[in-house]
Amino acid sequence: MTDGTASTKRRTHGPRRHRRGAPRGAALALLVVPVVFLGWFFVWPVTAIVGLGLAPDGEVQLGVLARVLTDPSVRSVAWFTLWQAVVSTGLTLLVAIPGAYALSRQEFPGRRALQAAVTVPFVLPTVVVGSAFLALLGPRSPINAALVAVLGETAPTLDLRRTVTAILLAHVFFNYAVVVRTVGGLWSMLDPRLEDAARVLGASRWRTFREVSLPLLSPAIAASAAIVFLFTFTSFGVVLILGGPGRATIEVEIHRATTQLLDLPLASTLALLQLVAVLSALAVYGRLTRRAQQQRLVASASTRRPPRSRGERWFLGANLAVIVILVLSPLAVLVERSFVTAAGYGLDNWRRLLVDEPSSVLAVPAGEAVRNSLLFGVSATLVALVVGGLAATAATVGRGWITGAVDRALMVPLGTSAVTVGFGFLIALDRPLDLRGSPLLVPLAQALIATPFVVRTLLPVLRSIDQRLRDAAAVLGASPLRVWREVDLPIIGRALLVAAGFSFAIAVGEFGATVFVARANLPTMPVAIFRLLGRPGVANFGQAMAMSTLLAAITAAALLAIDRLRVGSVGRF
Amino acid sequence: MLAIEHLTLAYGDTVVVEDLALSAADGEVLCVLGPSGCGKSTLLRAVAGLEPPVAGTIHLDGRDLAGLRPDQRDVGLMFQEHALFPHRTVAENVAFGPRVHGLDRPAIRQRVTEALSLVGLSGTEFRHVDELSGGERQRVALARAIAPRPRLLMLDEPLGSLDRALQTRLLEDLPRVFSQLGTTVVYVTHDQDEALSLADRIAVMRAGRIEQQDTPAELWRAPRTAFVAGFLGLGPVVDVQADADTVTTPWGRVPRGAVSDAGAATGTVAAVLLPEALRLAPGHRPPGEDELAVAATVATRRFQGDHLRVGVDTDTGQRLYVAAWRGQLPGVGDEVTLAIEVAGIHLLADDARG
Repeated sequence: MTDGTASTKRRTHGPRRHRRGAPRGAALALLVVPVVFLGWFFVWPVTAIVGLGLAPDGEVQLGVLARVLTDPSVRSVAWFTLWQAVVSTGLTLLVAIPGAYALSRQEFPGRRALQAAVTVPFVLPTVVVGSAFLALLGPRSPINAALVAVLGETAPTLDLRRTVTAILLAHVFFNYAVVVRTVGGLWSMLDPRLEDAARVLGASRWRTFREVSLPLLSPAIAASAAIVFLFTFTSFGVVLILGGPGRATIEVEIHRATTQLLDLPLASTLALLQLVAVLSALAVYGRLTRRAQQQRLVASASTRRPPRSRGERWFLGANLAVIVILVLSPLAVLVERSFVTAAGYGLDNWRRLLVDEPSSVLAVPAGEAVRNSLLFGVSATLVALVVGGLAATAATVGRGWITGAVDRALMVPLGTSAVTVGFGFLIALDRPLDLRGSPLLVPLAQALIATPFVVRTLLPVLRSIDQRLRDAAAVLGASPLRVWREVDLPIIGRALLVAAGFSFAIAVGEFGATVFVARANLPTMPVAIFRLLGRPGVANFGQAMAMSTLLAAITAAALLAIDRLRVGSVGRF
Repeated sequence: MLAIEHLTLAYGDTVVVEDLALSAADGEVLCVLGPSGCGKSTLLRAVAGLEPPVAGTIHLDGRDLAGLRPDQRDVGLMFQEHALFPHRTVAENVAFGPRVHGLDRPAIRQRVTEALSLVGLSGTEFRHVDELSGGERQRVALARAIAPRPRLLMLDEPLGSLDRALQTRLLEDLPRVFSQLGTTVVYVTHDQDEALSLADRIAVMRAGRIEQQDTPAELWRAPRTAFVAGFLGLGPVVDVQADADTVTTPWGRVPRGAVSDAGAATGTVAAVLLPEALRLAPGHRPPGEDELAVAATVATRRFQGDHLRVGVDTDTGQRLYVAAWRGQLPGVGDEVTLAIEVAGIHLLADDARG
């Protein structure tokens, strides 16, 4: 052995492990736009609303804080918020990680359409999700109808209204796609030879998953778990409809305090409490995922294969069953309801979406809400891509604290109550420019909500790019900007498209903030649906369902288009 | 020409390369030979501008490279494990350098054609790099590195991931490629066969320093330290007593003037038997006057194709290896006589960092 003497002196830092950071100035320059955006449209409004609550007369009154924090009902709200978020996240991971494998590594007819379909719930307005589950799990559920028909029972036996079970199921339904998309996206690009190697070395399937796939997937799992947790922690529409007394999250309490009790100090203290909780969660998340991830990625198409063994078919079948029961059936009920009119099934609800006459509830033709949504959605997507793209790039090329700080800072709007953001926009954005009456507020609020998704989608892919490819390009004569354009951009092309699709879908379906900032004569679809749901009558409910179905169709079309778009040179691995 | 002086490189607090000096003349093929982890890849990365030096200077054709980005240095680097762009075809990979250097389309196409034909891959332009075999990837990586016509071409363990047969074939191709390019080449490897067959000059590197720089022949004839001798596969290294006039070896006492000497001190010093110094001495060719006779027993035999490598245990307790050719093949257990050429006993310089 020729290197026997030296192997004992082996250095631990090989060049491959070493990340080379760009000059600090470059990373900071990239951050200018994201920082201004976050500062103006997030930090400033949130500061304003908290200030308004804690110091209404320009003087800090800590008594309010003490009153709210010692209130037993506030404590029980906080406890409920926390534990339902933890359980929701755990359940979602448990159900969706196998689903991620089935949808990303197994090939079967209709896979692509199904993948787009499971993403639809995620972008549905929370109000619609709540209504769909109410219809599915309430006394008039098709399940009850079936029970009556099959077992001959006389009274409906299933009624999960105002139960935690309904909330948890709706949360899993809602967030299934987050895990499937994030974890599945990485899974489809993991070199299958790693798993093959483990199997050849004698590891069982389960062992291989636990010791090879799971560690490699951990950045994606941690990222998706963080998102699901923050989502369920700040859950609003779902809990508002499916919950009830003792079943309210902090977000719902903020809404109630703001709109019903008009108790701004209470609302702002709750917002502060939520912000602290979210920041703590982000700090934990930051610690968990500090390690830079860099792994060999392969062509996603090459890792998919049809199920071959009986076990694989069984696994696929079980996952398809979960998808059908949990994810597709609420959607089916939603569509079914859109055809229910006072006189049985009919097309009335849909016809009224097309008629160009002002609706009594909306003050404008329903079709205009559709047009507004699309226009605002596209604008918000562009803003979110620029802001999120710059931030993700800075977090990749920068070193040390910049990386972590950007990573966490952009997650904050995600965990903050959309209601707070929307309300904050209204009370704070009169300075430095008075934007309060501007239609720009809607896409800006939507972009703020969508930006963290852009970052989360781009970061894992950006970080997985082999640093040596950038080095190779630089040595071949490419300037830093050129390296980014020639190496990073083509590789993240697909991730960019996914991010764009997500942003658009989120913007189109955004409700919590939009409901505050949308002007009465410029409603978006979710706002219109909310207004329709607020009125009694089969016709209003049916039209809300029809518009929800249309909204689901638009977002599904966007996501399906993205799935197809990645064919071609852009984003090809 | 490349001139490196007082170069120190570190990852955080870990010093990887320390006060290193190295130079390569125009058109010269310089091999940096050393065990894994000795800092040789880091050295290349520093020359390429991918690692900032802690101290020292790097000049290329008289120009100080300090402060220049990798893309401003006009050097080529063929990476360990290739680092081919997975999202591009063969031609797109090779065209990358000429393209970012702003060449026009016909010129780029010409460079690609030239580079691919030089590495024997004409006709693979439109294949995707995922579809290539290991040897083909290797050649694409080489073609990509030479296509911008760098003033300095650096190769980092280019044959490391290939099987033996491919290594042998590429080893035969590389000298032709290098001479056609006429560029200065720095070639990093841990394999002494690669270094010996490619290099005009070899720099043996150890733990961040250059242990010896010489032509392959000179290195082989007079390794300076036990580390160099061991890394070249020479051996065994034995302790001998050296004073001003005589050297006492385990096999006998010889005049100091008669042995080879890398600058050893007096007292107990390390010595190595150079490869040609040892032969079997059958009855018809007994040890001569300039040789020491040593009685030994054959312990192992290893067939090496054109010869037999015979391990013998001497009465003085060393295991020595000697080549035997057809007509003089002893069996295991045979008593044999060895002849050790006195001039082939090579005293090594003090190996302080052993």
